[in-house]
Amino acid sequence: MTAGIVGYGVHIPIYRIRVEDIARVWNEDAESIKKGLGIKEKSVPGRDEDAATIAVEAARRAVRHAGIDAHSIGAIYVGSESHPYAVKPTATIVSAALEAGNRLMAADLEFACKAGTAGLQMVMGLIDSGMIKYGMSIGSDTSQGRPGDALEYTASAGGGAFILGREKNEIIADIIKTVSFTSDTPDFWRREGAGFPSHGGRFTGEPGYFRHIVHATKMLFEETGFKNSDFDYAVFHQPNGKFPIGVAAQLGFTDAQIKNGLLTPIIGNTYSGASMIGLAATLDVARPGQKILVTSFGSGAGSDSFAIEVTDNIESKRKNLEKVMDIVNKDRTYIDYSVYLKNRNSIRKT
Amino acid sequence: MWVEAEPPQWSIYTRGQTDMERSSSSLWRKIRSRYNLVGNACENCNTPYFPQRIVCRKCGRKSRMVEKIYSGNGEVYSITKIRTPPDTFRDEAPYYIGIVKLDDGPKVEGHIIENGTEPKIGTRVRIRFRRMYVDGDEGLIYYHYKFEPV
Repeated sequence: MTAGIVGYGVHIPIYRIRVEDIARVWNEDAESIKKGLGIKEKSVPGRDEDAATIAVEAARRAVRHAGIDAHSIGAIYVGSESHPYAVKPTATIVSAALEAGNRLMAADLEFACKAGTAGLQMVMGLIDSGMIKYGMSIGSDTSQGRPGDALEYTASAGGGAFILGREKNEIIADIIKTVSFTSDTPDFWRREGAGFPSHGGRFTGEPGYFRHIVHATKMLFEETGFKNSDFDYAVFHQPNGKFPIGVAAQLGFTDAQIKNGLLTPIIGNTYSGASMIGLAATLDVARPGQKILVTSFGSGAGSDSFAIEVTDNIESKRKNLEKVMDIVNKDRTYIDYSVYLKNRNSIRKT
Repeated sequence: MWVEAEPPQWSIYTRGQTDMERSSSSLWRKIRSRYNLVGNACENCNTPYFPQRIVCRKCGRKSRMVEKIYSGNGEVYSITKIRTPPDTFRDEAPYYIGIVKLDDGPKVEGHIIENGTEPKIGTRVRIRFRRMYVDGDEGLIYYHYKFEPV
């Protein structure tokens, strides 16, 4: 395939809430939740942040990293399940904030947690067909967890933006192959106008997450001839800290292969951002010639699997890169449950 | 020499927006200078402006105005903590409003985010993209640049 990654950027809000602070409110045992979900804390958006502001911050970092003129971007897709408007695209807000001009394709996508990687595939098609020179896909969310629900411990905020291009001397990682596995699976949903998503509890696991990721990854193996040991790193969607470890084991990957891309234990599940941020964190440390497997998952349901190989250009481009772990650790500010509610606009002055 | 009158100060920082400003056409006209520091400068005397001016204050009819997008990196020149806000920012108080001297441009006014570091005069800042306010449950969402301590 012609298209490859020429730049990427991530944004994660500075606010964090610990599992203990949520568990205290609902009189639950924090230690068993931390053990059960494999998570210590999650990111929380500031009062002035939403999926659009996170997408813009990630996109601006990606443009700086890529070192391209934003006017040369021919398509912008933003995947999210928390777009600020029901009708009015986040992608147009991003394009204006990037000063990307008006000659571009843009659209918002929604496919639960995998809309960002679905956008990557769309951009790949446009580049491979010669329709555009550069395209950007963003996964960004300020995800919602119903108070008292298990999701409240994990649903967090963050986003990742990737710019794809076709010039060999600009590509930091080639996308060798991508395949998707898709089915109609009612594991997780949110109806129009509903404030919080609903889910099928344990049903989200085997028929949802595990089935789709395993099938997509095995399809990728069959169609490329690669096996798990051919990859230096693997990134799986990470709704909590345990599922990605479980699916990696099912597919024969080791903990060492997934540790760099597993951020959920310290930032929570950033939904559409999760696989994108995991890939970004892995590219932060990857060396030329190394291979990365990425398999996302979106409820509803589907998985996109990618085989990626890092090129020699990655080292020289790192001078303009803001690394994921630096962003995760910078200005980290812990808040309690009442400030969390205020930041989520659940309580207001009267 | 005729000099263009000073443009009216944007009122959103200190007084909240009037109903007149809460229109989609008004937002649309200001998007570029709200999302980014899109100003201009006079090529004749190199004086930078933000917001944009049609005529250079120094050069008058000799002015040669060209668009400039300023980086957003700068230093806090003046700052105040707002404890009694307009209704628009009722839930945000206390918050900081400041004047930032841009590295590559003029002094500009803006919200300064407190990111664990209390901003003071001389604090280095950079531009950030944030939500300024939301017009009720059904109105527009107003995005704007803000400054964040580096």
